[in-house]
Amino acid sequence: MDKISSANALQQDIDSCSKAFDDKIKGVGGKRAVMICGGTGCLANDSDAILKEFEKQIKEKGLEQKVSINHVGCFGFCSQGPFVKIFPEDTLYHKVKVSDVSHIVDDDLISGKVCEDLLYVDPVTHEKVVRQDDINFYKKQKRISLYGCSLINPDFLEESLGYDGFKALKKVLTEMKPQQVIDEVLASGIRGRGGAGFPTGKKWQFAANQVADQKYIVCNGDEGDPGAFMDRSILEGNPFEVIEGMMIAGYAFGASQGYFYVRAEYPVAVERLLRAMEDMRKVGLLGEHILGTDFSFDVHLREGAGAFVCGEETALLNSIEGKRGMPRPRPPFPAIKGLWGKPTCVNNVETLAQIPYIIRVGAAEYAKVGTQGSKGTKVFALGGKINNVGLVEVPMGTTLRTLIFDIGGGIPNGKKFKAIQTGGPSGGCLTEEDLDTPIDYDTLIARGSMMGSGGAIVMDEDNCMVDVAHFYMDFICSESCGKCSPCRIGTKRLLEMLTKVTNGNGTEQTLQDMKALATVIKGGSLCALGQTAANPILSTMTKFPEEYHAHVVDKKCPAHVCKKLMQYWIDPSLCKKCSKCARNCPVSCIAGVPGKEPYVINQTKCIKCGTCMAGCPFHAISKR
Amino acid sequence: MAMQEEARKGIIAICAAHKGEPSPLMPILEEIQKKYGYIPLEVQELVSKETNVPVSEIYGVVTFYNFFSLTPKGKYVIGVCLGTACYVKNSQAIIDKFETLLGIEPGQTTADGLFTIEAIRCMGACALAPAVSVNGKVYPQMTVDGVSKVIDEYKAKEVNA
Repeated sequence: MDKISSANALQQDIDSCSKAFDDKIKGVGGKRAVMICGGTGCLANDSDAILKEFEKQIKEKGLEQKVSINHVGCFGFCSQGPFVKIFPEDTLYHKVKVSDVSHIVDDDLISGKVCEDLLYVDPVTHEKVVRQDDINFYKKQKRISLYGCSLINPDFLEESLGYDGFKALKKVLTEMKPQQVIDEVLASGIRGRGGAGFPTGKKWQFAANQVADQKYIVCNGDEGDPGAFMDRSILEGNPFEVIEGMMIAGYAFGASQGYFYVRAEYPVAVERLLRAMEDMRKVGLLGEHILGTDFSFDVHLREGAGAFVCGEETALLNSIEGKRGMPRPRPPFPAIKGLWGKPTCVNNVETLAQIPYIIRVGAAEYAKVGTQGSKGTKVFALGGKINNVGLVEVPMGTTLRTLIFDIGGGIPNGKKFKAIQTGGPSGGCLTEEDLDTPIDYDTLIARGSMMGSGGAIVMDEDNCMVDVAHFYMDFICSESCGKCSPCRIGTKRLLEMLTKVTNGNGTEQTLQDMKALATVIKGGSLCALGQTAANPILSTMTKFPEEYHAHVVDKKCPAHVCKKLMQYWIDPSLCKKCSKCARNCPVSCIAGVPGKEPYVINQTKCIKCGTCMAGCPFHAISKR
Repeated sequence: MAMQEEARKGIIAICAAHKGEPSPLMPILEEIQKKYGYIPLEVQELVSKETNVPVSEIYGVVTFYNFFSLTPKGKYVIGVCLGTACYVKNSQAIIDKFETLLGIEPGQTTADGLFTIEAIRCMGACALAPAVSVNGKVYPQMTVDGVSKVIDEYKAKEVNA
């Protein structure tokens, strides 16, 4: 690609790339396009080998002029991957294996027949679905953050330019003054997608009001919330969109340098971002005098090093500065005094990914989607005990019921829905009674949880809520940076109390102590990690008091999860005396006589590994 | 144990490559960790000399972040995801099984230097829950029974090597 040194040159490239992309999707000239998912989930299921096999067979069978092979970003429906999609017919194949490639090449690509056996089957109607948009999982979604993911090849700038990329950048640089950009973002009503939901336009305005020789825009890609992976998929699927959003932010409030801070656990995202940045530098979309204007901008990338607290913006800034990732007191806010003491805006990946869309369609159009206080769409990472695990982008205001049952396909194995945890370790759980609440920033807080980064973990009747609270407390306790005593020591003490409860040594007093300590930690911590550390405990105590009660009073774990409070038990009327359990038991604690006497577990010796239950051919062993 | 001359030169080169960048300590340490597998005190002293950052500060940074290690890790680093999505799908039982079979705890390395177990806080592969990774290769939908197969796979590599 030649240098793009003016707005006109960019427009010409956009026009030619758009035509090329359009032709590819429409199959102009009889050439068909095969898209193969290159997201992390599908890569782990060999999608790379599938791609190579396609390339090999296309070459062997002389189809190079008739078929193009493309790798694309995440389809979102990760539990059904790897995905292969064929244009122009828009046929979607799911759970494709390397051994299926010759089937697709011979039957579909050569003979033009749809491979029925590789189509997605609707679990309710049992009908085969050919097109992606006809699958229930996708029907209620709207892709803004995930724009272009699963359509464009994230390794090529041309693909981005062919799918609306950099139109917004051109528009702001040629038609808008910086203040107009801020006003537009303010009018759109977009709030930060990283967790707290602070209005993005306001943040930019604060930074714009500062006079400084240098300002910075930082993209927070330190997606630490366990169970959230939307930032990863956006960066992997359309890195250009996020860089473009960052540049627009830089133009709006006067930053000429941008920093990405991305988790080291996301190697694919890092690699694709670096390549995108390099390609943009080559054609002059990054650097001095972009499009021949006075706007100069460059981007750098820093990798995180595995500290959850670095998702907090001031801790993140310390980390970029080569220090321990400990939060700074606010004020001064980063917009006044941030990276290396200069005015800095820290925006989440998803926030920046939405900016180009807002500029392209206009604030008014964007604001049509969502609720009164929360505009636009939000990506949720649906995980845990749910049929359709994956990334889901829905308008703000969608109900949990739609999210879990219509899009998520409900709970597997006929189990009962119990709770959904949103907001990760800072959030809380929502239950049956919250299912019809429209979800946005404010309703979630009103219901005792929060939006957070959009992790949404579904739990069924087999999950113990005290154990879940213990899990989050363990996480927070080991991730507390240690700066504030209430958080450093308090989370440790809380974890000890919870351990007492799950071990059956807790009392009603323990529960009261936990509540009191939780309040102290909330009030006495500097950053959001500490301030929200006790949320999972408080929320589960409020929503599931009977479970806590069962642990401390009855000394029972109703879900049979807490090992000290449950037993494996062989029903003598079901036991066929086959001796399999006794042979499999790692501590030889099961006794009986083969063919004669039913087997019995010695409860004092049992280590509760569950091997016997998993192996019993007659389902005679259960938990109680 | 004296640092080998080659490693010494390599570390000096890494420091030199980042000269001129603002606050380059993190990228320098990350590169060293990736290349050599750990950052012992004598390496921190060398980095301190090359970058003029006090060794106390470097030590503070190295011990703060999970990614950095003061001791060498095993040839195969087994990461068991204990993120929420994996945890509710019983990944605790999987890490327990690795611990039993290898006789080490998370963070430890086997005596033969082959395996290290690490508890990972979400690798963002939630659709594959419960997920395990070995040197970056992800094993989706891991089961307790599958644990020994994973270990055997890498032990077999050693025998054949």
